[in-house]
Amino acid sequence: MTAIRATPPGPPQPDPAQLPRLVTPGPPAGLAAHLRRHGPVPALSGPALIASIEQAGLTGRGGAGFPAARKMRAVTTAASRRPGRGRRGGAPAVLANGAESEPASGKDTLLLRQSPHLVLDGIALAAQAVGATEAYLCVAGPQPAAALLAAVAERQRAGLPEAGVRVAAIPHGYVASEESALVNYLSGGPAVPRYVPPRPAERGVGGRPTLVHNVETLAHIALIARYGPDWFAAVGTPDAPGSALVTIGGAVRRPGVYEIALGRPVTELIELAGGTTEPPQAILAGGCFGGWLPLPGAAGVPVSPPGLRAAGAAFGSGLLTVLPVTACVLAETARVLRYLAGQSAGQCGPCTFGLPAIADALAQIAWQGRDRRTAEWLRYLLPVVANRGACHLPDGAVAVAASAIRSFSKEVEQHVTHGPCANASRPPVLPLPRTAPAGRP
Amino acid sequence: MSELVLTVNPIACDAHGVCASLLPELVARDPWGYPLIAPGPVPAELAEHARRAVASCPTLALRLARVDRAGGSG
Repeated sequence: MTAIRATPPGPPQPDPAQLPRLVTPGPPAGLAAHLRRHGPVPALSGPALIASIEQAGLTGRGGAGFPAARKMRAVTTAASRRPGRGRRGGAPAVLANGAESEPASGKDTLLLRQSPHLVLDGIALAAQAVGATEAYLCVAGPQPAAALLAAVAERQRAGLPEAGVRVAAIPHGYVASEESALVNYLSGGPAVPRYVPPRPAERGVGGRPTLVHNVETLAHIALIARYGPDWFAAVGTPDAPGSALVTIGGAVRRPGVYEIALGRPVTELIELAGGTTEPPQAILAGGCFGGWLPLPGAAGVPVSPPGLRAAGAAFGSGLLTVLPVTACVLAETARVLRYLAGQSAGQCGPCTFGLPAIADALAQIAWQGRDRRTAEWLRYLLPVVANRGACHLPDGAVAVAASAIRSFSKEVEQHVTHGPCANASRPPVLPLPRTAPAGRP
Repeated sequence: MSELVLTVNPIACDAHGVCASLLPELVARDPWGYPLIAPGPVPAELAEHARRAVASCPTLALRLARVDRAGGSG
């Protein structure tokens, strides 16, 4: 029995309460499977799409959490302000950031592998909305780049009406994926941050006004364009609508990438990842730029940018690491600071000298202790170093160090009075790469 | 209404310390010699000294920007 319809309406709108939205289990979705599931990209005018994104309340999923529509308007405004010079010099560009340099975060890599066409739809939509004639997709390393080049070629063979996307493999390094560093790299320079303003929205790749969006942000845009802002905001909270990809790790049974409705409590996410393997002591929310939340006290904290910010941590790019009671927060944080100090591009004095000084002070407290002056020196250093770099590396490093000594002041007191705890010498829990040089080629 | 704000390009700054010598009212130095700028606008009576400090910066890292009081950037 077949129902007869006047016009095939395309695939039905998915249940808005059903997660995951972005990443489907099973083999990576090729173009045919992607179009069967979601249908073609709808024809929407640029202003209509930007208004829809604004109404949805979508914020950037790369770390800073800036409203996605406002970033797009900044680019159209900058482009309209440019003096003539023909459109060649001044047409905007779109830069999709999938370089994901936060150690232990895996969500962008998974999204690009499983749903490359959702991201590429988002790039095409964003490019059309801001009038971009060039689009770049930045990824970490040659392997994802090859798969994405194949996906771009598949779309061109299928005759999709969009500008070709250039796929760029970005050098390793924590600051290499910072937006001004990507702009620098694609403009022929080293992958290190530059001093802003001018922001990429005003003067980006090759001098063009450049929209930089995280790849997950663009995938959400591809869904909002199809299903509308109300569908997007059917999950999440009024102050943090929609869903987001998170990477849950540490002392949980099933570490990995999950898609969550924003605003769910910390405990629910730990349960989603199979529960804890050992009694938990704290959760590091927001990765190397985030903050420590003691458990079980923080069990009810909503996992969303405003929820975690209010609790003294950060959502960042959605990285959550559960620390067991058998670990030492101070030793873990000292290792994070050592790593971040090694990631400085060495361009700004307060970062070049300040991060190693903070890392040394934390290491002294964590592994030697019995010295009150080091803790005082550390408390003096943190506000001196924050907000004084061209990029946010020093600010993030200060935030995570400050949250450790604020949330675990009793442990600091123990270390500086009686020496390191027994857990300080145990193997690390937070996964950190061996310190690699910063993003210079 | 607009006001003057001192900013440092931290990439260009090499900690020569000229600004801290010429404008100690608004510029201190951190443990490594890099400038710490007092928050807020430059008071009118220091504007001339601030201009002199900007003009004397060996790496042209120090800038004086006029910004809208509403919070726009200059």
